[in-house]
Amino acid sequence: MATQEEILSGLAEIVNEVAGIDVEDVQLDKSFTEDLDVDSLTMVEVVVAAEDKFGVKIPDEEVKNLSTVGDAVSYIASHAG
Amino acid sequence: MPKQIQSPAGPAHARILGVGGYRPSRVVTNEQICQVIDSTDEWITTRTGIKERRWATAEETVGMMSVSAAGKALAAAGIEPEQLGLVIISTVTHLAQTPSLAAIVANELGAVNAAAFDVSAACAGFCHGLALAQDAVRGGSAEYVLVIGVERLSDLTDMNDRSTAFIFGDGAGAAVVGPSDTPAIGPVVWGADGAQYEAIGQTFSWDALREQPELGFPALRMNGQQVFRWASYQMVPVAKKALEKAGITAEDLDAFIPHQANMRITDAMIKALKLPDNVPVARDIARTGNTSAASIPLAMERMLEEGEAPHGGLALLIGFGAGLVYAAQVVQLP
Repeated sequence: MATQEEILSGLAEIVNEVAGIDVEDVQLDKSFTEDLDVDSLTMVEVVVAAEDKFGVKIPDEEVKNLSTVGDAVSYIASHAG
Repeated sequence: MPKQIQSPAGPAHARILGVGGYRPSRVVTNEQICQVIDSTDEWITTRTGIKERRWATAEETVGMMSVSAAGKALAAAGIEPEQLGLVIISTVTHLAQTPSLAAIVANELGAVNAAAFDVSAACAGFCHGLALAQDAVRGGSAEYVLVIGVERLSDLTDMNDRSTAFIFGDGAGAAVVGPSDTPAIGPVVWGADGAQYEAIGQTFSWDALREQPELGFPALRMNGQQVFRWASYQMVPVAKKALEKAGITAEDLDAFIPHQANMRITDAMIKALKLPDNVPVARDIARTGNTSAASIPLAMERMLEEGEAPHGGLALLIGFGAGLVYAAQVVQLP
């Protein structure tokens, strides 16, 4: 079971790879759209990569609820394998 | 025992003999779209890759565009309309339930010996038509088949919808399929996922208008994230299977011509397919928008005309759209 820190650092790597955003900018309180400039389609790419990495299913209808990095980390922490 | 009947016989192989397109006269830029919706050229370009699209004028009907594209395809193939045994049209914007657009177009072309019908497979329509055409030729049901994808999606576009107003375009693309000495259309990989019926469709069905005429005219609506995820990730195994069934690998391709849905979907597919950098990719969407069933033949025509893809080269086609439905095959370019 991954810790919150491990999930955050894994997610930061994904956001970096998919959207080219610096790993250290990906913090729990950051909004994907407002602060990190991750648009709705890039968000799908992040979600699909996160599903692979953490062995979690993030359905389409759930994606819109993940507005901050913290939302995504909590979702993954409570739904992962 | 009943008396034994004859079964049809056709040639072993079929190929695309010629392709032709029609692009409407009216060019609509992102700036023009943004006079109606609150958006910018940069926003539209980064999310879709679309810079401009063509919207048909009143005279540029689905029939007129079909006849024009078909004329070019027939000329390129060196086939006369009377030689056609079948005309298949894929469209979602022939706004009459019956009769079919194909019957009207066959008549206008002078395809007096052809059967004619429409298919409803949205953005996958051209690849569906091509599969049917190849089966009709090989099965001996028709010697030459005309396949047309045509749309006037501007008729079903809500110009005020910030999520779709900039996506759709109008146009027609046609291909003539006929007998071949060698294999030139690979096995089709196709299917439907009706569980995602709601992902793309009309805002309401025509019969809703009977009860509530105040609804006005319906428009296309789409769940962008759901469609993006499905197309970008679930279509990749379909494309790989089409390559495998044709007996080739991505390295053998001379062109990749996916349905022009969104440049971001195309880019995601290229990445997941590990398409070699030297394989030319159709990017007609930048100037044409998403023209549904017309997008693949229009992109094919442009790539051949501009010398981007070689005549006789191998191209991977994949169409995917409302249904959700999909179809993919490898073809030898005319």
